[in-house]
Amino acid sequence: MSGILLQLFLHFALLSFLSFGGANALLPEIHRVVVDQQHWMNDATFTHLYAVAQAAPGPNVLVVTLIGWQVAGVAGAVVSTVAMCLPMSVVIYFIFRHWERFRGAPWQQAVQTGVGPLSVGLVFASGTLIGLSAGLGLGGAVVVLATILVCLRWPKLHPLWLIAGGALLGLLGVV
Amino acid sequence: MADENRPPAPGAASDAVPPEVTLGALFSGFSRVGLSGFGGVLPFARRMLVERQRWLSPQEFNSVLGLCQFLPGPNVVNLAVCVGSRYQGALGAVVSVLGMLIGPFAVVLLLGLLYSLYGELHLVQAMLRGISAVGVGLILALGVRMLGALKEKRVYLPFTVLAFVAIAVLRLPLVVVMVVLATASSVVAYRRVRRAMATLVPGGDK
Repeated sequence: MSGILLQLFLHFALLSFLSFGGANALLPEIHRVVVDQQHWMNDATFTHLYAVAQAAPGPNVLVVTLIGWQVAGVAGAVVSTVAMCLPMSVVIYFIFRHWERFRGAPWQQAVQTGVGPLSVGLVFASGTLIGLSAGLGLGGAVVVLATILVCLRWPKLHPLWLIAGGALLGLLGVV
Repeated sequence: MADENRPPAPGAASDAVPPEVTLGALFSGFSRVGLSGFGGVLPFARRMLVERQRWLSPQEFNSVLGLCQFLPGPNVVNLAVCVGSRYQGALGAVVSVLGMLIGPFAVVLLLGLLYSLYGELHLVQAMLRGISAVGVGLILALGVRMLGALKEKRVYLPFTVLAFVAIAVLRLPLVVVMVVLATASSVVAYRRVRRAMATLVPGGDK
């Protein structure tokens, strides 16, 4: 494995153990490593890749695939994705067998109840930080707000419509 | 190999588990979930697992998801590991995860390629700015919805606020924030669970 691939693997494998609350909650941390610490890309490219990943289907974790691809091509994409998914998959595979046995135990209920509120806080933090690093102006803020309202008012609406709408508003120079 | 058909745990409600979900079914089921999951896969995963295929009851889904969300790692990938391993052991877990990831992986690379070809264009940049704004809106809306689903909001809301402030305002390292706050909130939850159990009539209502 060449140097850069090994680095990608180590960074993302390490991050995977920190990704409480999903990939969205991890984005600020990924940004810190990829942009500020390793200088693999600039702020604008990072935000663009996030937007590209948003426009694609699949788990949010695939933003990591694009980042790896930007750094080291297809091999980088594969390595980053595996590094992000594999370690915790193995851990959870072994834990799951025991977890089901303790279903309903007080400590298990407590942990589940206790972690939920934190995930919510992390998701809000992620949205805020991505919004800040995207450098959204007044128009951008309005689009963000409108998206939230539309999402909550019509929960069944397919997100792809909103993403297409966002692309259109971007083209029109609103954002 | 023969061990993979694990016997039902004694006393467990194992009759809720449908007997056969093949590797092929796992792969195609999770492929469909992955490829339809725009702006978050979780709602699609629930629809497939609980409503369409009935691989999990609603209660099982909440319980398994609770574990997947509590532990780090991409939640839906963790979910695929749990469901896959439940029906087809380790191989089932691998197949489910691959199903979830392979299709979207190809699509995202294709879009990345287009970005590298045309990303310099002003029009593309403008478009991506618009999509970013919507993306932020989608995340925040997810947060609002999760907030709405929180049980006993008033007790736990401070922990939500603290997590937000620690990460978004103070920019503290994620590990520290999670270890400290998760311990504190779980202790609060534990005391409430115990108290609720003590006051509950045996076999009581909800």
